[in-house]
Amino acid sequence: MVTVHTELAQSDSGNSVKAGELWMDAAAFSTLTGWTLKPEGFCKADICVPLPGAADSQGGTVNASAFWQHMGNPVVSSEDQQIWFLGEGAGTRNDAMLSLEAPDFTLPDFSGKLHSLTDYRRQKILLITWASW
Amino acid sequence: MIISVAMDADIEAARPWVEEANPDFVTLIDQQHLLSSLYNMVNVPQAVWINEDGIIVRPTETGGSLDILREFDFETFSFKPEAAARAQISKSLYQKAVKDWAEKGADSQFVYTADDARARTPAMTADIAEAHAWFSLGQRLKQQGDGAGADHAFKRSRELHPDSWNIFRETSEKLDNGIAGGQEYWEKINAMGDKAYYEPIDMPDMPS
Repeated sequence: MVTVHTELAQSDSGNSVKAGELWMDAAAFSTLTGWTLKPEGFCKADICVPLPGAADSQGGTVNASAFWQHMGNPVVSSEDQQIWFLGEGAGTRNDAMLSLEAPDFTLPDFSGKLHSLTDYRRQKILLITWASW
Repeated sequence: MIISVAMDADIEAARPWVEEANPDFVTLIDQQHLLSSLYNMVNVPQAVWINEDGIIVRPTETGGSLDILREFDFETFSFKPEAAARAQISKSLYQKAVKDWAEKGADSQFVYTADDARARTPAMTADIAEAHAWFSLGQRLKQQGDGAGADHAFKRSRELHPDSWNIFRETSEKLDNGIAGGQEYWEKINAMGDKAYYEPIDMPDMPS
């Protein structure tokens, strides 16, 4: 079974590896990444990115690794290519940071309760990291 | 308010520190080091100041610590007293700056203009972004019990982002006390040359 991960989610079915590239069920890819295959290309919100050859003729499966790399994002996999990770590219990260809008995240506290940065709007926040190691 | 985040793959390694400190602020656990990727963090402690509108007024920076690692005295196994005193001044000045901002908000001298905040935002590179992807893959392989696969992924991550102590120390062998402070750590420190372990904090009167 080929598993595909992003930072926030994963997809366990409908994935296959052909000639070293990751192909995914188009609907599963859309659910995982927000990029939906349409006649004009891969679309998210009001942006469409054409990428000829990155979908099969019926549009049922998409070349996820080719599209992800085309968008400037890292794609890495285990040596047996059974586990893939679709990362976020430097461009995305730099644009977000330079907008100065603090990138939102949701993480648990030590009792398992989830907290999002945006839960604490209207307060000044000192976000500070530490580690046991 | 303070949101403190433990960059610890192993929540049980971090938990005793939280129980001991029993903080009255929000304390979160980031097992996948998501903040390293989102905020381009390379060490702990690192801090970001975010105002009431969710806008960054001081981007990712060293959270009060001073770079005195190369003044560690292996004979006494502690920092040289003069270095420890400078580190204390650094921490104290940083805390004062945070309090100044808490009181004065946008009028605090420590708040950057938007242009200054952008200029001080650490730039992510394609290699750093790929390093975070390898780190995340490694964490998942480790969770699934694939130690060799995880080691390979962590090695790629370290190679692509050699400045990240978060990646290096999280993926290092820990000593009995849980600290990633063994031989390979000191070898990396000693090989740093003029590079900073903690980047200097841009505030008046900060010791160096």
